[in-house]
Amino acid sequence: MAKEKTYNSAKEEEKKKEMILFLSDSEEKEHFLSKANRKLLSDPLDDNNPITVQVLGICSALAITVQLEPAVVMAIAVMAVMAFSNMIISMLRNMIPSRIRIIVQLVVVASLVILVDQILKAYAYDVSKQLSVFIGLIITNCIVMGRLEAFALGNGVYKSFLDGIGNAAGYGLILIIVAFFRELLGSGKLFGFEVLGHQGATLADSTGLYALGYENNGLMLLSPMALIVVGVIIWVQRSRNRKLIEEN
Amino acid sequence: MELVNLFVRSIFIENMIFAYFLGMCSYLAVSKTVKTAVGLGAAVIFVLAITVPINYLLDTYLLRPGALSWLGAEYASIDLSFLSFIMFIAVIASMVQLVEMVVEKFAPALYGALGIFLPLIAVNCAILGGSLFMQQKNFTGFSEAVTYGVGSGIGWFLAILAIAAIREKIAYSNVPAPLKGLGITFIITGLMALGFMSFMGIKL
Repeated sequence: MAKEKTYNSAKEEEKKKEMILFLSDSEEKEHFLSKANRKLLSDPLDDNNPITVQVLGICSALAITVQLEPAVVMAIAVMAVMAFSNMIISMLRNMIPSRIRIIVQLVVVASLVILVDQILKAYAYDVSKQLSVFIGLIITNCIVMGRLEAFALGNGVYKSFLDGIGNAAGYGLILIIVAFFRELLGSGKLFGFEVLGHQGATLADSTGLYALGYENNGLMLLSPMALIVVGVIIWVQRSRNRKLIEEN
Repeated sequence: MELVNLFVRSIFIENMIFAYFLGMCSYLAVSKTVKTAVGLGAAVIFVLAITVPINYLLDTYLLRPGALSWLGAEYASIDLSFLSFIMFIAVIASMVQLVEMVVEKFAPALYGALGIFLPLIAVNCAILGGSLFMQQKNFTGFSEAVTYGVGSGIGWFLAILAIAAIREKIAYSNVPAPLKGLGITFIITGLMALGFMSFMGIKL
């Protein structure tokens, strides 16, 4: 009996502590950008990359990487959604009954995505047309749900915010690398600028590399090449970082 | 004939995985053996065949600009399409829950076979993607929406079945160590998608 009481009071004590932590989360004793917090930001870029290691969020990552511009916009949109949804769920984490948490998470994420979608439609209409359904698909992007489940439900507000930014940056990094190679090799441009020179109708009209007889590789514009480029990125990353190699 | 055309298009030419990369996460995670792949694939067909038509009705009678005109002339100018993400995902999440309960009650054997996959499907991008593409395509009838839902489900099923069979075989091959597992799966999927592009020109 007595034991139970101490257990209960210990639990209450813990709850109080959590409450205090919850309220003063942003001003913890820990330094603002302490080592642990910096690790939250840098880990997803390499060792724990959401796409190449955790295998999350591939769905929307590949279809929009033909050019750099939509890829960058998508990366920013995902970053905004992830940072704020992580933050909101972390604030609510002690109030959400665990049975309906998926629905609560979906509602929070869906509302944030609607906001992003409306902002894009208002200020960047062309890009929003290019991204079409893929903005809406951020809702079911496993990366968002995965981080909410794995991190935001068990950690403080500021930490969850950093985790969201970090993972979205890791996601964006892969997106931008893939888009860079596809746009450069596929159409000889970066952000729409002709970096390799201008391709005219004949060799004499062309400038830059094209004057030497260089041709664009149209295959890179096809969607399957995105998968192969990601496969090669994984290959390069894992041969540099041996501990990521899978058993089978 | 229109419907047959749409059916074949949605299976092969606009395949969810090879043309749009939707549902890749579960495609990569659950394709280690053929048995589990079949379970998840069947669940996806099932849920897509239900949610796409329901969301079609929702879109036609509630969300589209002018969809509310059945309420009266003064509602005809209302455009609720900005709500479609949240409505669609709510329908999908609740339908998945409902389907799970119905299957558990009336077909326990099927429930045992699908197991954990049913709840997972709520966050499968292929399902929401199906509804969003349905909205973009402006279907003119209910039967088109049903056909599209079933067809894209079957396309997803074929894709995960094929990759699972290949992965079972490739376990015996000598793949370079850094490519093992995820890397080689990506490259194989890319090659399969290139193969599927050959369906592109076919018209029925």
